[in-house]
Amino acid sequence: MTSIPYGGRRPGPGTAELARSLRKSSPRVGERVIEGLLFLAALLSVLTTIGILVALLGGTLEFFREIRVADFLFGTTWTPLFANGSFGVLPILNATLLITGIAILVAAPLGLGAALYLSEYAGQRSRKVLKPVLEVLAGIPTVVYGFFAISFVTPSVLRPLLGEASIGIFNALSAGLVIGILIIPIIASLSEDALSAVPQAMRDGALALGATRTKVARKVVLPAALSGVIASFVLALSRGIGETMVVVIAAGSIAQLTLDPREPMQTMTAFIAQAALGDQPVGSLGYNTLFAVGTLLFLVTLLVNVISIRLVRRFREVYE
Amino acid sequence: MTAQTGLQPDVRAPSKGLGRASSAERVTGKLFEVLLFACLGFGLLVLVVLLSDVIRDGLPRFNLDLVRNMPSTRPLRAGIQSAMMGTIWVIVTVAAITLPLGIAAAVYLEEYADKTRWYNRLIELNIQNLAAVPSVVYGILGLAFFARGPLDLGGSVLTIALTLSLLVLPIVIISCREAIRAIPTSIREGSLALGATRLQTVRRQILPNAIPGTATGSILALSRAIGEAAPVLLVAGGLIFITSNPSDLLSQATVLPIQIFNYVGRPQDEFRTVAAAAIMILLLILLLMNAAAILIRNKYQRKW
Repeated sequence: MTSIPYGGRRPGPGTAELARSLRKSSPRVGERVIEGLLFLAALLSVLTTIGILVALLGGTLEFFREIRVADFLFGTTWTPLFANGSFGVLPILNATLLITGIAILVAAPLGLGAALYLSEYAGQRSRKVLKPVLEVLAGIPTVVYGFFAISFVTPSVLRPLLGEASIGIFNALSAGLVIGILIIPIIASLSEDALSAVPQAMRDGALALGATRTKVARKVVLPAALSGVIASFVLALSRGIGETMVVVIAAGSIAQLTLDPREPMQTMTAFIAQAALGDQPVGSLGYNTLFAVGTLLFLVTLLVNVISIRLVRRFREVYE
Repeated sequence: MTAQTGLQPDVRAPSKGLGRASSAERVTGKLFEVLLFACLGFGLLVLVVLLSDVIRDGLPRFNLDLVRNMPSTRPLRAGIQSAMMGTIWVIVTVAAITLPLGIAAAVYLEEYADKTRWYNRLIELNIQNLAAVPSVVYGILGLAFFARGPLDLGGSVLTIALTLSLLVLPIVIISCREAIRAIPTSIREGSLALGATRLQTVRRQILPNAIPGTATGSILALSRAIGEAAPVLLVAGGLIFITSNPSDLLSQATVLPIQIFNYVGRPQDEFRTVAAAAIMILLLILLLMNAAAILIRNKYQRKW
């Protein structure tokens, strides 16, 4: 059965034809096939996740056949690519957390401040210009941020400020600061969405009671949007943990367990990149180490995301 | 969280410490506003500093020789031709893979999927989670399955493109869904009421109307793929120079961000100049793509 053509220019269907179209239609095999194909395309995303898990677990299981889990998780020396290397992951885990910590310290106040300005103070027109410009920061490739860290932040900012002797060309501080800059737009953009979603009536009510704009922003709007703001922090955190190019370029490739951000450090992501660059033969311990660290990285970001969902639930203010 | 208007304000929070503003309060209020603007200003300032740093470093080598020459260990001869061609090959392949798949998945989720079924909810949740997976993990996936492992394609155009496709597919799907969702239900109902089948409605009403939004979102997703370095580093390496342009999908290839990474890591200062000039090219490409995206959005976006 052919269906009735539609569209303004053709003459409308006669009553007989209309009645036919209202009858239960034939099975339309073609339509079902197309729907099935579309479903397969959507299903591909699930396959991707399964692929990631299989890829990570395969190498990781091989790795733990040779290295004890406790040695991996609690060891304090990381030299896996050496002959007779040590496989204690703490130095690179510590570097990841330290650098991400610096990044959040930079980005949280700046991003939130920018978001508050955009949602509570900026006029319609300036917001329309400022927000996209800020988002340009998020569109710059991370390899460019790595270049910025090593060609500007370290030589022109950190070394003059802290003294040439105390900070090397490769250091955790420059990487942390630059990652902080690159996650500012994430925090600013998502926080601004949360702040703008606070009902205008709440602001009006507070203003009518005599509150200043500052008080409205700090004591009414910010608490009401807290869940969204915290979610933006956590999302930025997970982005920082997974960031690779900046740390590979700017933080160096020495895995050491220290809390001094002026020292060079290797993060988990930087190790993954280094191991891949070294062209380890498939199945070797060095190759499998890459997957073990990848699994840990995946689990850490997963944990952070789960925490973010929990936090959002806990702090959510429901406006009926 | 959605904005709702006309609700009673929550009086618990603001009732504490409110009152008429004194002049001191006005001064601190102004200071607070200035402080907030400074936060925003800092971001913009960094953007300006970053761009001027790149331009100052790269300008001496920003000329035709840069794109004419192949990568080389001799800094004064070093160029980026194979990397540029590699980027073009890769991005066209990524577009050819992700656009049909992304649009198909988006159409399924928006027009066909019964949201109460568990498998549809799983797909939905999964797409959101995939967008939060670090890009380097996609590199591990590509390394295990495409570069080595079952497909064993090495560092070829196809390997890089497949890896980046999986990375940006969730982004393409999410932006296509938004474009489809923006089409009012009345269009669908009108079409169905006139006797069109579901597929006809999708083909003649939904897809044409979703083109501008889809195009904008896809261009932005592709520009993300152009700038990605970490996953490519894993599947294709980054230390050796590739001195010929790709001739087919299976040729060994490198892309611009990888070539930049390679030059940045070299000790000689001259290489840093080449890296900065290459960054200028990369940013220029991204700028053009973003401009195209904005242009399409402004020109064809319909208000219903």
